[in-house]
Amino acid sequence: MPELTSQKIPVTVLTGYLGAGKTTLLNRILSENHGKKYAVIVNEFGEIGIDNDLIIGADEEVFEMNNGCVCCTVRGDLVRILDGLMKRKGKFDAIIVETTGLADPAPVAQTFFVDEDVHKNARLDAVVTVADAKWLSDRLKDAPEAKNQIAFADVIVLNKTDLVTKAELAEVEARIRGINPYAKLHRTERCQVALSDVLERGAFDLDRILEIEPEFLDAGDGHDHDHHHDGHDHHHGHGHGGLKHYHDEDMQSLSLRSDKPLDPTKFMPWLQNLVASEGQKILRSKGILAFSDDDDRYVFQGVHMMLEGDHQRAWKDGEPRESRLVFIGRELPEQTIRDGFERCITTR
Amino acid sequence: MKEFNPGENSASIASVTDQVRPVKIGVPITSVHFLGDNAAFVGTEESVFLVSGEGKVSPVAVHSGGILCAAFDGARIVMGSDDGKLVALGAKGEVTLLATDPKRRWIDNVALHPDGAVAWSAGKTAFIRSGKAVEKSLDAPSTVGGLAFAPKGLRLAVAHYNGVTLWFPNMAAKPEVLEWAGSHLGVSFSPDNKFLVTAMHEPALHGWRLADNRHMRMTGYPGRVRSMSWSAGGKSLATSGADAVIMWPFASKDGPMGKEPAMLAPLQARVSMVACHPKQDILAAGYSDGTILMVRLNDGAEILVRRNGTAPVTALAWNAGGTMLAFAAEDGDAGLLDL
Repeated sequence: MPELTSQKIPVTVLTGYLGAGKTTLLNRILSENHGKKYAVIVNEFGEIGIDNDLIIGADEEVFEMNNGCVCCTVRGDLVRILDGLMKRKGKFDAIIVETTGLADPAPVAQTFFVDEDVHKNARLDAVVTVADAKWLSDRLKDAPEAKNQIAFADVIVLNKTDLVTKAELAEVEARIRGINPYAKLHRTERCQVALSDVLERGAFDLDRILEIEPEFLDAGDGHDHDHHHDGHDHHHGHGHGGLKHYHDEDMQSLSLRSDKPLDPTKFMPWLQNLVASEGQKILRSKGILAFSDDDDRYVFQGVHMMLEGDHQRAWKDGEPRESRLVFIGRELPEQTIRDGFERCITTR
Repeated sequence: MKEFNPGENSASIASVTDQVRPVKIGVPITSVHFLGDNAAFVGTEESVFLVSGEGKVSPVAVHSGGILCAAFDGARIVMGSDDGKLVALGAKGEVTLLATDPKRRWIDNVALHPDGAVAWSAGKTAFIRSGKAVEKSLDAPSTVGGLAFAPKGLRLAVAHYNGVTLWFPNMAAKPEVLEWAGSHLGVSFSPDNKFLVTAMHEPALHGWRLADNRHMRMTGYPGRVRSMSWSAGGKSLATSGADAVIMWPFASKDGPMGKEPAMLAPLQARVSMVACHPKQDILAAGYSDGTILMVRLNDGAEILVRRNGTAPVTALAWNAGGTMLAFAAEDGDAGLLDL
């Protein structure tokens, strides 16, 4: 059912490993002269200097949903805090949730999928991850949390770029892209980033799942993708403009594509089955789908085994009716997913 | 659609809508209580609105922030707020500051005992101040989701993740923990002190028979249960969360175990509030579409109190004698009904 997303309070989740610059970014957001009021939910309440009227200490209490799935975890404290904040509607325009450096973003995101009241009143706008250009490469090797935060991000603020050489910067960017080629990446010093690049992104808004192209493809000359083969033989391994390519050993993304319509009676059960059986490995998924005998685009997104999807709008005249899906996850069973997807494509 | 006429013909249900005295409060209301000579409507922030018998609305400032919880013991309303304060409002409209959290943490829950004890919680800590004004505290394993006093003795149930802690503040013994996986948000003792029921974050209730801590799972709700009310004498528990009032039987020693709940007053809307009559086997139910019905428990007969087509009902209460019903909807549209 389409809902009036505009009336829901947008929530930005700010993550990043210890010392990457989350608090710097948060203070920048709050001090900028934007005329907006933010309710800020932080950890380690009172221990960091944040200047804001509405600041709430959270406990990062994660609990498992009683549905037999160990990856269905939600932040109980967030449910409670958002519930309380809704009593003060009109006193603020948006909410920012800052997680601890060691937090997994999944329970935060899942809270917005699972909790009925949270879903009614608030919408997840984007997961923004602040990364330290100097130390991220190391952290990706020794800290699974840091990897999760990169994999989960819609926006990555690659901070402290003044502390690294050009080569080091290229290296860390390539490592990020090896995990998550889809996030918007901004290089910053002291988190100097335009607020419009981190706030009001609509990254979880089904109506705005438009570009699920890898971000680096757009880096150079706009949207002219010169490798547009027909058919569905798009596997990995393209070289792009001299960018280094890393394949992270355990975290990777997988994209699927078809210009032949999908059979909804096969695709939907396949997708639901896939996230039910592999949901622990799949951190995020999204897709734009063209079904047979359906003039509307169908869009979906998911976090672990939670999915939401809807018919979005009619395909435009002349718009290629192409289905595109992206999965970001850990040790994804790539061939199984590709084979399963192939079987959902109509043979006509 | 020619024959469908929602006008006169649909009034086959008995209605008292014309006897309701409308009250315009204009701000969202979270609960209502009969305090002294007034109906007291608790707002979502800052104020309580006292409504006299003549319908005059007088706001009373109680907090400087959102009002997160409220409890009523017949003589006073005690409220906790995100301003870190616990405040009591008495029958004459007097406001008393009971406690201030030193760290200005949110006061999330409050409960009152008939002998004057008050319990509240901030984060993981539950506090209790008994009639003798001694303050004690208990740290729960996680954030407190709900508080309730047992009907007998000074015993406090503290709901949290994965269970409920039962605490006798005046005894040195280690508090007893009733375990059940999940997040427990509301908690209530049966009036006969034999059962404890929690409303969980997931759409379910969980219960324990206190004699042997036997578990009772009460599931099948489409939505989270936010309102629970024991019927007169505690024979059954009325709950919101479905498109009918779900009544769990508690009259026998096994409680609802192995029994089906009764489903009363089904509508095409979610029940948002329930309030059982204090003396008779009647309840009032408010719905997400603004409807309010009075329902007779033994045969499910319904009387319409308020029509649908408005904001969800968020507050519903009987006075102690059961002669008056007060209600309010999310948009601040309220009313009083004399019976």
